[in-house]
Amino acid sequence: MASVSLNNVVKSYGKVEVIHGVDLEVVDGEFLVLVGPSGCGKSTLLRMIAGLEEITDGTISIGDRIVNDVPASQRNLSMVFQSYALYPHMSVRKNLAFGLTNLKMPKPEIKRRVTEAAKVLQIEELLERKPRQLSGGQKQRVAIGRAIVREPQLFLFDEPLSNLDAELRVQMRVELADMYHRLGTTMIYVTHDQVEAMTMATRIVVLRDGIIEQVGTPFELYNFPQNKFVATFIGSPKMNMFEATVDGIGAVLPDFGTLALHVDDTWATKISVGIRPEQFALNGSGETSSTGTITLVEYLGSEVYLYVKLPSGHVVLARDNGKATHKAGDSITLSITASQAHYYGENGLRMPLFDEANS
Amino acid sequence: MTLTAEDHQAAAAAIRATRARRARRSAIIKHFFLASCTLIMIYPLIWLFMSSLKPDNQIFGDLSLWPSAFQWNNYPEGWNGLYISFGTFFKNSAFVTILAVIGNVVSCSFAAYAFARLEFKGRTILFALMMMTLMIPYHVVLIPQYLLFLQAGWVNTYLPLIVPKFLAADAFFVFLMIQFFRQLPRDLDEAAMIDGCSPFKIYWAIIIPLSLPALATAAIFTFIYTWEDFLGPLIYLTDIHDYTVPLALRSFLAQDSVSQYGQMFAISVLSILPIILFFVFFQKFIIRGIAMSGLK
Repeated sequence: MASVSLNNVVKSYGKVEVIHGVDLEVVDGEFLVLVGPSGCGKSTLLRMIAGLEEITDGTISIGDRIVNDVPASQRNLSMVFQSYALYPHMSVRKNLAFGLTNLKMPKPEIKRRVTEAAKVLQIEELLERKPRQLSGGQKQRVAIGRAIVREPQLFLFDEPLSNLDAELRVQMRVELADMYHRLGTTMIYVTHDQVEAMTMATRIVVLRDGIIEQVGTPFELYNFPQNKFVATFIGSPKMNMFEATVDGIGAVLPDFGTLALHVDDTWATKISVGIRPEQFALNGSGETSSTGTITLVEYLGSEVYLYVKLPSGHVVLARDNGKATHKAGDSITLSITASQAHYYGENGLRMPLFDEANS
Repeated sequence: MTLTAEDHQAAAAAIRATRARRARRSAIIKHFFLASCTLIMIYPLIWLFMSSLKPDNQIFGDLSLWPSAFQWNNYPEGWNGLYISFGTFFKNSAFVTILAVIGNVVSCSFAAYAFARLEFKGRTILFALMMMTLMIPYHVVLIPQYLLFLQAGWVNTYLPLIVPKFLAADAFFVFLMIQFFRQLPRDLDEAAMIDGCSPFKIYWAIIIPLSLPALATAAIFTFIYTWEDFLGPLIYLTDIHDYTVPLALRSFLAQDSVSQYGQMFAISVLSILPIILFFVFFQKFIIRGIAMSGLK
C-alpha cells in the first residue's frame, strides 16, 4: 500500500499543455476516482502515475519515492486497461504469470499466486484458454487477475468497465468494490461514468481541461458542488440552472419569481441558481412556484423524469416517483425552497448560503 | 382472397428450386473459368516437367507435350552432368539462402520495431531515406556495390550475398513489418512495460510472436528471391565450387558444344522443389497468424 502525491504536475505535447499544474494527495488505502468529460486529461494523469507518459514538469511520488524517472516496471503498481491488453498469444495462465516471471520470482510462488488469483476471480477453468476464447467479462477478470497477482502497492484502472455491457458492468463494479475492501490497496480509477465514480469512490476528483475542479467524497460532490461545472457534471440527470438577478430581498428567477435570501453588499447583480430534479416540490409546498406543461415523460420504473416547459420557454427536468401518472401535455406546478437550491456567483463559484444548515 | 398455408409453402419451394438452379449454374461457370486460368498459369511448369523426360532432340523439335520415350535417366545424368555433383550446388544454395532468410527476418524486424515503436531523433528522416532506397533500381547500385565489395576483398566469397541481409538492406521487408507492427495495439506494449519488460523483451516476447504472418511473408519471399537469384551469384562468385544452383544450371548451355537441355530441365525441376516445400511449410504461419487476432 502506498500514498501517491502529485505536485504541480504539468504535461505538454509539444507546445500544447494538457495538464496545467495539478496538485493531488492520494491517501494510503483509498479508492480515488478521476472523473471528467472526454479530453479532460484524466487518462493522461493516470498514465503519468503509471510511468507510461513522461512528466513535463512537477513531481509525482509514490510512497516516499519521487518516481518521475523511475520506469513503469519499478513503480510497484499494476494497471488494468480499457482494452484489457491481454497478450493474445499466451494462455490465461501465462498472461497471469508473465509479470511475475519477469520479476524472476521462484516458480512455486508464481504458481501459488496464479492459482489464488484464479480462484478469487473464478477463472480457474479458463487458465489454459487463449484470450480470444474468452467473453468480454472473462477477459476483464483475467486483466484484473494479472493486476492482482503482482500484489502491488497501487492499482490503476483506466476505464476498465467501459467495454462491457450494462449488466456485466454492474456486476463487475460490485466485484471491484469487493476486491477493494478485501485488499485495502490504494486504487486510482479513471472513468467518465459517474455512476461508477459515485458508487465506488472514497473520494472523487473532477477534472476539466487539465485542471482539478473539485476533490471530495461522493456526498460532498453531489450536495455541495463547489462550482457550476461540478454542479452540472455530477448528477444524472443534470441539475437545472437558472440565471437569476439579485434585488434587495433575494434572487429573482425567471418563471418562479423571488426566492427570499439574506442579500448583502458583496453579492453580484446576477447569480446562478441550481436545482436538482428531485429538489422541485410537485405538491406546491415550496416557497415559490411556477406552472408549466409536461413535454416528455421518461418512465424508469422506480421513478419518472418529467421535461417541463415553463412559461418563458425554458425546459426543466423534474423527478417524481414511479407510481405517478403524468402524461405529456399535462400541466404541472413546480415549486422551490430556497434552502434546497445551489447558488453560484458570477465567477461560477459556490455561495455557501445554506451549506452549514444542510451538512 | 387470402393466401393459404399451402400457397406459402408452394411459393417457398419454387423460390428455393430457382435459387438452387441458379447457384449450380454460376458454380459451373466459375469453376470452368478458374480451371482455365490455373491451366494457363501452370502450363510452363507442366511443359518443364515433361521436357525433363524427353530426349534432347524432341524438346524443341516436337510440339507434343507427351515424351516419345521417357528419359528418366535425365535426372541422374543431370545430377552428375557437370564435373561437380549438383549436391554441392544445392548445398551452396541452401547455405546462402538459409543465412539470407535468417538475416532478413532478424534484421528487418529489428529495424521495423525501432521505426514502429521506439522514439529516437531523426526517425522520420531515416524512415524517408529508407523508403527512398526502394525507388532506386538495383542496376544503378550494381557497379558501385561491386566496387565496394571488391575493395573489401569479398568478391568470390558468399559475404556480398549474405552480409547485407543481416543489415536490414531490404527496405521493402522493413516497411512491410513496420506496417504490421503499427497495427498491434500499443496497450500491449504498455501492459508489458508495467509487467517489467525492457524494449527488447517487448520485441521478443510480444511483438514477434504476434507478427508471424509478416515474418513468414518476409521469410518466404527472401527464400524465393535468394534461391532463384542468378545475377548476384553471377557477379560475385567466380569459382565453380561455390556456384549456386541457378548459376550451375546455366553451365548446361554450352556455347561451343551441344547443350544438354533434357538434363538442364531435369535439374530445373529439382531446383523448384525446395521453394515449394518451404512455401508449403511457412504459409501456414501466415494463416495461423491471421487467425490469432481477436484482441477485444
